Amino acid sequence: MPPVLELREVSKAFPNHRAVDRVSLALERGGFYSLLGPSGCGKTTTLRMIGGFEEPTGGEILLNGRDVTRLKPWQRDVSTVFQNYALFPHLSALRNIEFGLREHGRPDTTKRALEALELVRLGAKRDSLPAQLSGGEKQRVALARSLVLEPQLLLLDEPLAALDPQLRKQMRAELKAMQRQTGITFLFVTHDQEEALSLSDQVAVMNGGRIEQTGTPEDLYLRPATRFVAGFLGEMNWFGGVGVRPESTRISGSGPGLPGTVESLLFLGNCLHVHVRLAEGGHAVAETPRDGQRFAEGEAVWLSWDAAGELRFE
Amino acid sequence: MNLRSAFLLPARVWSAVFLATPLAIVCAYSLLTRGDYGGVERPWTPENYTRLLDPLYLGILWRSLWMAGLATAVCAVAGFPLALFIARAGRRRNLLLQLVLLPFWTSFLVRTYAWLFILRDTGLVNTALLRLGVIRSPLPLLYNEGAVLLGLVYNFLPFFVLPLYATLERLDPALPEAAADLGATPLRTLRRVILPLAAPGIAAGCVLVFIPCLGAYLTPDLLGGGKTVMLGNLIQNQFTTARDWPFGSAASLVLMLVSAAPLWFLLRREAR
Repeated sequence: MPPVLELREVSKAFPNHRAVDRVSLALERGGFYSLLGPSGCGKTTTLRMIGGFEEPTGGEILLNGRDVTRLKPWQRDVSTVFQNYALFPHLSALRNIEFGLREHGRPDTTKRALEALELVRLGAKRDSLPAQLSGGEKQRVALARSLVLEPQLLLLDEPLAALDPQLRKQMRAELKAMQRQTGITFLFVTHDQEEALSLSDQVAVMNGGRIEQTGTPEDLYLRPATRFVAGFLGEMNWFGGVGVRPESTRISGSGPGLPGTVESLLFLGNCLHVHVRLAEGGHAVAETPRDGQRFAEGEAVWLSWDAAGELRFE
Repeated sequence: MNLRSAFLLPARVWSAVFLATPLAIVCAYSLLTRGDYGGVERPWTPENYTRLLDPLYLGILWRSLWMAGLATAVCAVAGFPLALFIARAGRRRNLLLQLVLLPFWTSFLVRTYAWLFILRDTGLVNTALLRLGVIRSPLPLLYNEGAVLLGLVYNFLPFFVLPLYATLERLDPALPEAAADLGATPLRTLRRVILPLAAPGIAAGCVLVFIPCLGAYLTPDLLGGGKTVMLGNLIQNQFTTARDWPFGSAASLVLMLVSAAPLWFLLRREAR
């Protein structure tokens, strides 16, 4: 069986810059995938090419093994959840969800739309206009509007970015549950590494229009392939040419080790982050248990680590 | 007197002197009898209004409604794609808007005369077609309803395009994309998303074109050659050659009432 989606050396060049540079990617059916990267890394352009809103200047896009590179959005069996939801303001929640069913000429549009509305627990809001819905509700209508079409692939463009932090965590769990329940392949675009790591089966990290590394969240965190990936996912201390995670960095009130002074202490609930200014210049973070040894700001400390915690890059 | 009323005072004075008073005079005149050399005399009479029910005048009213309606329809059909195009033109938007407004740089009268030079028997179009051998004798392009319609559309098209542009420009570009994503072809997207959301702009444009077209007098006078008489021409005629001020006043008030109808409709719609 071919992958649900395959990108072969896909590029997008604009007059002044190359937004996406020979990106290749293959998504297996039923997985939760993320495209992760800083803003301007080309992840949204990549998503828009898959959705059919931008035409690649090079490469091929295959859906279930079929070349869809030149097909228009309405000819592709993919659906997008837009960043600001893009709900039709003149249509009720129910009519928004019915929209695609009607365009595809499916039977029983109202019945199916109602079921989808129940799936996202918004049955009571069927006649509400988008302006009368909260951010989280709009998000769920947008999700239902796409899912009801049972697309081969669901594209999500930073769908949680517009929500407040509390709601974002809740929606994150809902998204994951929804994906498992429907079995539809999700491709999720985000700049939030925590979001990508917690949700995804596989993450592709993008930078400067290229994919730096693809792997499971664990792979990326424990075995980053490049300096960029190491620095972008989680915090990283750089000692010489070697990277060490804060949790692999030991801190103590006496030598041996790399000398420095405590700059600040961050209480993170389950642990403490001690920020240290190194005597040789630069800055590092060490993670200590909440009930471990206490350090004070300005105190002289020494940092050390095991060779096993070192990450090396060319 | 508080600050609010102080600020409103100039507008109130202006409205009283230049709107309410003349309107009252026109109302009064419409109920009086015509004087022998213009002006008005007593006794009071409703006869000016009953005269408007004469088939001749009803015909003029009907023609005015028809021409204004037709001009509005043509403006809508031509103006909608234009407004949509400008709203999606990106950085060239402002330039294109200026081009739509360009005709306003010269006077209405001059522009209408320009059409005379283009359309008359020895005008630009007929001369070119004759020289090219497409036609043997000049086409009757001027002094008919077609010429009046052309003049009305030409003059009032910007009034349709501008409010519609303002509406379309505010439309979230992600909405047509979402429609396409959900399987709608561009034509279906137009019908199910863009048109319903543009409806307030279309309504405003229609009212802004229909009302001045209804009362147009210069365009039918010059391009219609007096053959396509509309309400505006009738009114002008009563105050000049016919010297029947009361009847002219009555016709003016009827025109005002007919014009107010679509405006009232629009305001009620917006209140909802």
